[in-house]
Amino acid sequence: MTSIVKPKIIHQGLKRNALGLTVRDYEGGMSTLCAGCGHDSITAALVQAFFELDIPPHSVAKMSGIGCSSKTPAYFLSASHGFNAVHGRMPSIATGAHAANRDLVLIGVSGDGDSLSIGLGQFMHGLRRNLNMVYIIENNGVYGLTKGQFSASADVGTKAKRGEVNKQPPIDPVQIAMALGGTFVARSFSGDKDQLVPLIKAGIRHTGFALIDVLSPCVTFNDHEDSTKSYAHTREFRHPVVQADFVPPAQEIKAAYDEGEVMPVELHDGSRILLRKVAKDYTVGNRGEAIEYIRDRQRAGEIVTGLLYIDESEPDMHTVNGTIAAPLNQLPHETLCPGAEALAKLQARYR
Amino acid sequence: MAESTKSRVNDFVLKLANVNGTGSASANSLLMKVIFRMGIPVSGKNFFPSNIQGLPTWYEIRVSKDGYLGRSGAVDLMVAMNSNTYERDLKEVSIGGTLLYDSTWPRDRLLARHDIEILGVPLARLCNEHFSNARTRILMKNMAYVGTLAALLELDRKLIEELVQETFARKAALTEANMQAINLGYDYAVEHFDCPLPTRVQPMDKTSGHIMIDGNTAAALGCVYAGATVGAWYPITPSTSLMDAFKSFCERHRKDPKTGEKNYCIVQAEDELAAIGIVLGASWNGARAFTPTSGPGISLMNEFLGFAYFTELPAVIFDVQRVGPSTGMPTRTQQADLLSAAFASHGDTKHVLLFPSDPGECFELAVAAFDLADRLQTPVIVMSDLDIGMNDWMCKELTWDASYRPDRGKVLGAAELEGVKAFHRYLDPDGDGIPYRTLPGVHPKGAYFVRGSGHNQFGAYTEDAAEYQQVVDRLRTKWATAAKLVPEPVIRKARKPADWGIVSVGSCDPAINEALDKLAEKGIHVDYCRIRALPFGKKVTQFLEQHDRVFVVEQNRDAQLKSLLALETNHPMQRMQSILSYGGLPMDCRCIVEGLQEAQRRGAAA
Repeated sequence: MTSIVKPKIIHQGLKRNALGLTVRDYEGGMSTLCAGCGHDSITAALVQAFFELDIPPHSVAKMSGIGCSSKTPAYFLSASHGFNAVHGRMPSIATGAHAANRDLVLIGVSGDGDSLSIGLGQFMHGLRRNLNMVYIIENNGVYGLTKGQFSASADVGTKAKRGEVNKQPPIDPVQIAMALGGTFVARSFSGDKDQLVPLIKAGIRHTGFALIDVLSPCVTFNDHEDSTKSYAHTREFRHPVVQADFVPPAQEIKAAYDEGEVMPVELHDGSRILLRKVAKDYTVGNRGEAIEYIRDRQRAGEIVTGLLYIDESEPDMHTVNGTIAAPLNQLPHETLCPGAEALAKLQARYR
Repeated sequence: MAESTKSRVNDFVLKLANVNGTGSASANSLLMKVIFRMGIPVSGKNFFPSNIQGLPTWYEIRVSKDGYLGRSGAVDLMVAMNSNTYERDLKEVSIGGTLLYDSTWPRDRLLARHDIEILGVPLARLCNEHFSNARTRILMKNMAYVGTLAALLELDRKLIEELVQETFARKAALTEANMQAINLGYDYAVEHFDCPLPTRVQPMDKTSGHIMIDGNTAAALGCVYAGATVGAWYPITPSTSLMDAFKSFCERHRKDPKTGEKNYCIVQAEDELAAIGIVLGASWNGARAFTPTSGPGISLMNEFLGFAYFTELPAVIFDVQRVGPSTGMPTRTQQADLLSAAFASHGDTKHVLLFPSDPGECFELAVAAFDLADRLQTPVIVMSDLDIGMNDWMCKELTWDASYRPDRGKVLGAAELEGVKAFHRYLDPDGDGIPYRTLPGVHPKGAYFVRGSGHNQFGAYTEDAAEYQQVVDRLRTKWATAAKLVPEPVIRKARKPADWGIVSVGSCDPAINEALDKLAEKGIHVDYCRIRALPFGKKVTQFLEQHDRVFVVEQNRDAQLKSLLALETNHPMQRMQSILSYGGLPMDCRCIVEGLQEAQRRGAAA
């Protein structure tokens, strides 16, 4: 057996959530990724976010494609169904899953190879449909499983481990999402749990496609000095512009903020996101200006992070379709089949 | 060129040569419908270009008192409305037949045949004189020839008017204009020709209890009745009208009467790769989901089809086959995806195929496809084709058994999961090769990982040789189970004991049935086995064994059905002989009659 089952040890004093579950109940199998891989930190952030939101694990479906990042759904929420699709095609599976059962909480984990090369089309159409899911790209600039080829997110001038220099411009999922009308666009860093956990929570509660591009260094193939996706580089050049604090429904806002610094966004379930400006010159909620800002900072070699754009007013896939509220997979056959009499009647036009 | 006998009451072929985009389709289907309502068996074949306006298009109407609905190969009456194809249309008329043309423009040079009757009607001039709008003039020319044909063939004019009124129910002015055009053509014919022609119709009572419907519409109805809720697709000829029909039936029958909310979700995907992905995502969640496509779409779906086979997810795919390879001829028919569908994807894969032979079976087998996909937890591909899918066929009225309940297969619900100690996805407790599955969101104990990578019988990742082999060997057991569950072949026994048999699938059926009658008249008696599914099952194997010689009739160049038979049944290739038709036109019976006669001659000589 090549998968490793993690022993479940629950300490007496371990905190329990509203469902009476501990954080252990949100974990999965043992990670088989390299020691120090950024992806494992994201897995930990996911565990924490689902635990803190009191979501029953079996109401979640974990979606992924192919690659190192796509292996990670095996490492969290072992009581959730998982779907390891073919390379780059997770968004279509997620679309069908959500079409059939709109109550399912969909968490997609993909990588820069899976989403920005082979799956770029499906990624963009998932965005365009405003599919109600969280879509995390664990972005490290390289193909890990095939041993270190550049991915489409590699920056110009970045060096591969074996010395090759990348000369093609990167594809930035954040800028794509902005341009395509993404309704929740965020970027974070696997090493910044304080920023990442609230982003994941907000993404889960957002009705629509929540993209979180997470820079997640590859310790084996892309963590060296000349890489722009290394831990050291990301730490030095990341530029947080907005901190998003997540406040569940009916909870008081406790922290004191100066007026004008915080913009609350109410989500469909009554929870709120408090957008706190970190960079004074960033305008929250203006798509055009945001795109320009991100591009300018990118030119200056900086990586803009935070919840960069959110719009709760855009309709998601089911709203556009006008689907009934009940999940389609739960409708009894009697309501779906028009019956013998209707069949006889409707054939009049074929006589 | 076939010979047309002088008197052909209720037994002739009417062919109309038009320019596409000129509105001829509605006039031509009106003609067919009138004949149908007069109680005479009829079928219509549309030979249309992959184009919106300006290219040649033909419509062939076969009128057959004996109920033969395939093509006969003859043309008894040609309506030549396209100057660009006039020469070849003239040539195609059977000896003793009739050609009708628009005599507004002289065609002297082209009226070069003396073995047929040529009738000229100044259709354009008549319409120009009576209608002012340029577009109307073009459209009404078609209705004017309908009028002329009404006189020549003695069509029921009351029925014509009835149909015109039905067509333009909401636009009284259009009814009037169309009737005026029809009368123009009619009056001219009565005044100038000996009406009716010896080739004409006479009311019968052979169409009651029947409808004229195309296979895509019938298949869409099957999807509605089977309870499909998710449809995903990418537009591709000739399958597009299947989803169009599904949508329009759903608009009428699948909306909440109070809120107008839909209990279905149709997703127009970005490509076929996504369309099949959407189907799998929905099926994984227990919704009945389908996608209509054609050969190029099947090619793109290959990776996911293998994934679905290996992860054991239900899916229903309609392959409305067209001429390949590559873009091929998108508006012409063929049965050339048999092998690519049967073995779609890399690795050891095999897929359940169903072969409807007419729209009635498109309805029936669409429902069966969903039941089989759920029961077997695997993709089921319904192998229709352009001829069945897009042409109007006369078939028995569709009926529905109110006691039908969908077979959702082995799905464990919350209560069952509560009672089990642990759930393992790929165990085979029943020994039929079909494991139990669970749906997301139902119960924590049901959770498992769908993965196309190596997995063992417990559903866990594996790279172990024995564990992997155990899973794929069980899939072979499942294939054997499928052979017992799929629809059996339809066998037509010859009136006399026969050493020879015909084996075929799908839309070859009308041509074969007609050929069998013709051959019997000549003293050649042949049994016929129409396969309705892959895996083939016992009865197909028996049929092959019981006949000294089997003629495999199919519509592709490489005898794909014959290959499949040899591969799946081990029947010796040398005991099978191919009769092939693959030019893109629906099969006509002559190739079968000639093929068997030739075989008999050679047999006699040996």
